[in-house]
Amino acid sequence: MLAKRIIPCLDVKGGKVVKGVNFIDIKEVGDPVECAVEYDRQGADEIVFLDITATHEGRGAMADVVRKTAKNVFVPLTVGGGIRSVEDFRALLRAGADKVSVNSAAIKNPDLISEAASRFGSQCVVTAIDAKGNGKGGYNVFVHGGRIDTGLDAAEWAMEAERRGAGEILLTSMDTDGTKHGFDTGMLNAICAVVNIPVIASGGGGRISDFTNVFEETGADAALAASIFHYGELSVGDIKRELARAGIPVRLPRREVFN
Amino acid sequence: MIAVIDYGAGNLFSVKNALDFLGADAEITSDRDALPRADKLILPGVGAFPDAMRMLEASGLAEAITREAERKPLLGICLGMQMLFDWGFEFEKTRGLGLIAGRVDLISAPGLKIPHIGWSDVKRAADCPLSDGVEEGDRLYFVHSYKAVTDMSNISLYAEYGDVIPGLVFKSNVFGCQFHPEKSGSVGLRILRNFCELDL
Repeated sequence: MLAKRIIPCLDVKGGKVVKGVNFIDIKEVGDPVECAVEYDRQGADEIVFLDITATHEGRGAMADVVRKTAKNVFVPLTVGGGIRSVEDFRALLRAGADKVSVNSAAIKNPDLISEAASRFGSQCVVTAIDAKGNGKGGYNVFVHGGRIDTGLDAAEWAMEAERRGAGEILLTSMDTDGTKHGFDTGMLNAICAVVNIPVIASGGGGRISDFTNVFEETGADAALAASIFHYGELSVGDIKRELARAGIPVRLPRREVFN
Repeated sequence: MIAVIDYGAGNLFSVKNALDFLGADAEITSDRDALPRADKLILPGVGAFPDAMRMLEASGLAEAITREAERKPLLGICLGMQMLFDWGFEFEKTRGLGLIAGRVDLISAPGLKIPHIGWSDVKRAADCPLSDGVEEGDRLYFVHSYKAVTDMSNISLYAEYGDVIPGLVFKSNVFGCQFHPEKSGSVGLRILRNFCELDL
């Protein structure tokens, strides 16, 4: 049986890790390669780097971070933020990324998903969706760090992304992000119900119980969090031991097999 | 020296990174004439079976690999593992390298998502030097839509995903991993190290 995955996310700006709270108020916390090594040690199933610089120079720094991380961390690496072209995909995959996530650029140009999927395979194409409840029972897709409402329905966009070859949906709720009061189970269920590709829950994970809840109450395949791991409030291992206790399949790290 | 074979399809940098991390002497090469100098061969691969076989044949690598594998340890990874078998059925029937008896078919897993992507737990079958230290229930990272169909005596580790998914296969000095040992954390590194330390 497949394990439910725990994925620490590192927000990177100019080659340094920072963490945004509700996408504003950014604090710097360290070296991304060291952070990734530590998360791997804790048993992270995958590591996400989110480039929040999203400039040309920033992407060069990001490729460098990926290259160094890939020499020291042997779990899948996903990179997102400011990806605009198939060339951006190629550069990051060559640097050692296993998956690349696209967000705003795919909304402007959905062919980016199809082209990347046919060129590099669906397994490496993640569509990131930032969404917010629209007060009418649905969810709207937001772009630009959650500042602009596209008016697009999140469920419809997720279905289109799957149809175009996305291998996975990274769903961030703008309503719960930064709150540490739990994942947006309503939004997750709405999206899981309409796609047949893995959905990564993001936004709101703060307590261990938030992680058990998200796997017990939704069809999410993975849960992503950033600040709780950065500030050492919880370790990946803490969460996984509790998930295992609750009967949820997880990969428990076994360092002794190698060391 | 371990030759990591570059035929234009692949995750070979990840494999090279893992071998470097293990302190192994590894070289990426696309030159069939470099294979006789190598002590061991790794055939990585991401992509489709027919294209990859065509590339191996057109470059003369298929013939060189088959020749070298008569006596040297060879490890195929993911698509590289699938090509060790006699036949592949991805898109069209394609002849493989024929180093292990069997075929490669689409995964049949009603109700489950295809491709099979993620960390699956494995069970042990036949003993093989590469699975040394790996325990039942250990999880390895799989990314694939096709699976090998081969005799149970050729299977050392397998996952269950709809049906039996051979994870680690072998036939004397030829080995294949369906999962990505270079992306499977400490257990994956252990399997790669077992290969590096093989003394046949």
